[in-house]
Amino acid sequence: MAKASITFEDINVTVTAPAGTRLIEISEKVGSGITYGCREGDCGTCITKVTEGWNNLTEPSVLEDKILRENMAGKHNRLACQAQVLGGTIKVKPV
Amino acid sequence: MSKLPVLSIDNIPQAVALSDRVHWVGALDPNLRNFDIILKTANGTSYNAYIVRGSEGVAIIDTVKENFASDFFTRLESVTHYDEIKVIVLNHLEPDHTGALPELMRRAPQARVYISQKAQSMLKALLKQDDFEFTPVITGDSVSLGDRTLQFFHTPYLHWPDTQCTYLQEEAILFSGDVFGCHFCDSRLFNDVVGDFRFSFEYYYAHIMRPFKDYVNRALTLLEPLKLNTILPAHGPLLRDQPQRYVQRYKELSHSALQSEISVGEKTLLIFYISSYGNTRRMAEAIYEGAMSVEHVRVSLYDLEGSEISPFVDLIEGADGIIFGTPTINGDAVKPVWDLLSSLTVINLKSKLGGVFGSYGWTGEGVKMVEDRLRGLKLRVPIPGIRIKLIPTEEETQLCREFGHEMALDLMGLRQAKVIDIADLA
Repeated sequence: MAKASITFEDINVTVTAPAGTRLIEISEKVGSGITYGCREGDCGTCITKVTEGWNNLTEPSVLEDKILRENMAGKHNRLACQAQVLGGTIKVKPV
Repeated sequence: MSKLPVLSIDNIPQAVALSDRVHWVGALDPNLRNFDIILKTANGTSYNAYIVRGSEGVAIIDTVKENFASDFFTRLESVTHYDEIKVIVLNHLEPDHTGALPELMRRAPQARVYISQKAQSMLKALLKQDDFEFTPVITGDSVSLGDRTLQFFHTPYLHWPDTQCTYLQEEAILFSGDVFGCHFCDSRLFNDVVGDFRFSFEYYYAHIMRPFKDYVNRALTLLEPLKLNTILPAHGPLLRDQPQRYVQRYKELSHSALQSEISVGEKTLLIFYISSYGNTRRMAEAIYEGAMSVEHVRVSLYDLEGSEISPFVDLIEGADGIIFGTPTINGDAVKPVWDLLSSLTVINLKSKLGGVFGSYGWTGEGVKMVEDRLRGLKLRVPIPGIRIKLIPTEEETQLCREFGHEMALDLMGLRQAKVIDIADLA
């Protein structure tokens, strides 16, 4: 199975994880500062800045885009509970 | 000296002339004692709104809290007709400034609303309707009233994302929204004749603007070059006498005094602890010792029982890293720790380094709880906290030293990056 390499810049930890894993699952395990609430793509708590490897994540759904807009998310932001890793290198940090 | 306007709140409200073309049409709220839960006020507040008359129409700048709409409309009607209103500018969408907006839009349906780009979704949420038009503006945009021009400056996070200031070019008047404002109610209105409001001005800054010092500094770079005859804020006295003094004071308040004590290239790490039997204190001392072994880190150790909270908040604001030591009592971190942590919303903590440790008797949940709180406050928590059951052994004390050393290395950007496979994590 394809694997992705995800770096959490706030804690300087890189994790290798299988494709399909959600960012929040990895973040929670390594103790990154990405906080979360509902884990269902609704509350916007887990907005995360993707600093590298935007295309190595699944595309945001229409609903995720809506929540990002409502929360005035900046450019290259994703919901960690919705974004799944696809492969390659990804770098993220809490907003 | 010209006769001062006297406003009695018992009389029929009248607009107050600030120049031939500018009037105050706000409202006084002398009985308010608590604002937005977080702010106290000993003599109420004012909701300042203004009218600017140009050769081709009238602009209303901000409105008032809904309960005070009647004063606002009565004052407004004393100097203009609704069909003359061409422009409504909202510098900030909080309800104390937009409470009369729906009714104003109903009475002046031809008027165009001007808000900052960031205010768009808030305006829709506020009015709960989509079927109206407005113009989002950014710094550099302006709107003409014929012989008067309003220019916009986006000043985000002073103190909401949407906030902007509006500048009347021909008269060098800045309508500053909540910036340079304060909760102080005095019917004499002007800063050179009202009572002493210096405390209110500083208190307002400390609670409303202080968390956004970086944004204040950015906004000041936009506003400082402007010629300023008068600053007209959305709360408190109208600053017609030496308005630049208030800009200067914001500048002083937005630079940390503590930074000047720290050398270039040096980082500050604060260790706070509280201890019932001395075990968490022993851990704190070992962490302090470990952190001290890293060059260019200025480490300080504080017993939370030794001070009021306020000086600690000041220290934390200027620090690069903070470590908290808490015992766990009855399944929770102790109250003095939570008291300090709940006092930190007035400062910017984003990306500071955070860490937690503590001794416990039964289960030691306090450390994890405080770690989660630090993450919620947007601190980085790169190293899992240390929990030690009761009295630290020499081995455990060494672990504390290593924790302090690692924290200090992280602060200096010297800590080794870690690579792990998710399968190896529990």
